[in-house]
Amino acid sequence: MEHAEAITFDPHHVEDETTTGIPHDKMGMWVFLCSEVMFFTGLIGSYIVLRFGSTWPDPKTVLNIWLTAGNTFILICSSVTMVKALEWIQRGDTRKMKLFMCLTLLGGSIFLGVQVFEYRHLLHEGFNPHVSLFGSTFYTMTGFHGFHVFCGVVCIAWCTGKAFLGKYTKEHHLGIETLGLYWHFVDLVWILLFAIVYLI
Amino acid sequence: MTSEGHTIPNYMSIFWWLLGLTIVEIGWAILPHHSKLVLGGGIVGMAIIKAVLVALYFMHLKFERKIMGILFASTLILGMILVSVGIGEQVLPRP
Repeated sequence: MEHAEAITFDPHHVEDETTTGIPHDKMGMWVFLCSEVMFFTGLIGSYIVLRFGSTWPDPKTVLNIWLTAGNTFILICSSVTMVKALEWIQRGDTRKMKLFMCLTLLGGSIFLGVQVFEYRHLLHEGFNPHVSLFGSTFYTMTGFHGFHVFCGVVCIAWCTGKAFLGKYTKEHHLGIETLGLYWHFVDLVWILLFAIVYLI
Repeated sequence: MTSEGHTIPNYMSIFWWLLGLTIVEIGWAILPHHSKLVLGGGIVGMAIIKAVLVALYFMHLKFERKIMGILFASTLILGMILVSVGIGEQVLPRP
């Protein structure tokens, strides 16, 4: 356990009393994420149903698995840097928190850049949304996920800016924690999408 | 460790697990399989383990109040019902 004796993390720390004992921002984010679970379940469910009911090409013959595997690695790394940013602000080290926030921003931006590159390449090859059912579902699922990543990158940029303005402290850092929840959720969804859309 | 709080987990060990599982997942996808079920089952299984690791440790679900877990799990159960009904409609013979 890394620095286990030095620091404790209390997820139930509430600055203002709430009926649930959980800060409103955090509770709101969890409720939002639950609605997002339903949204992505709808998309993944539709994909599975469509795939069961029709002929489907082997994704490995159409998509570049290695490029996306690299992109998956980058997104996982950005999730780690996000959680490390939270860890460092909880320790009171704002300098390292800012560094890890910047790394998260970089990771998210690279992921988006690679996705745009992949789309351009696929469209150039003639694999567009109306070429087949696979094309439609591929662009719908990865497109919506990409949009979520884009929103996340914008929010990370905003929070990083606030961090450089000294808005977060050891005691007040709920914004980073809440944003982290969203970012990890985006990572979680990608883990499932990568497996279902690219590998099977 | 306090009565309410918990020690910060070792995030790097979670990262190595995620990385390792991703490599195994890709290897599993590349290997020739006689059955689509074996291929799909292995990959989905590993993806679920990775997703659970992210939810438990990065999203701190393991250390949160139970209400959060119930909230999150309930939507997953609803989602699984939705997917199961959809698959059933495709797979089961129609009257």
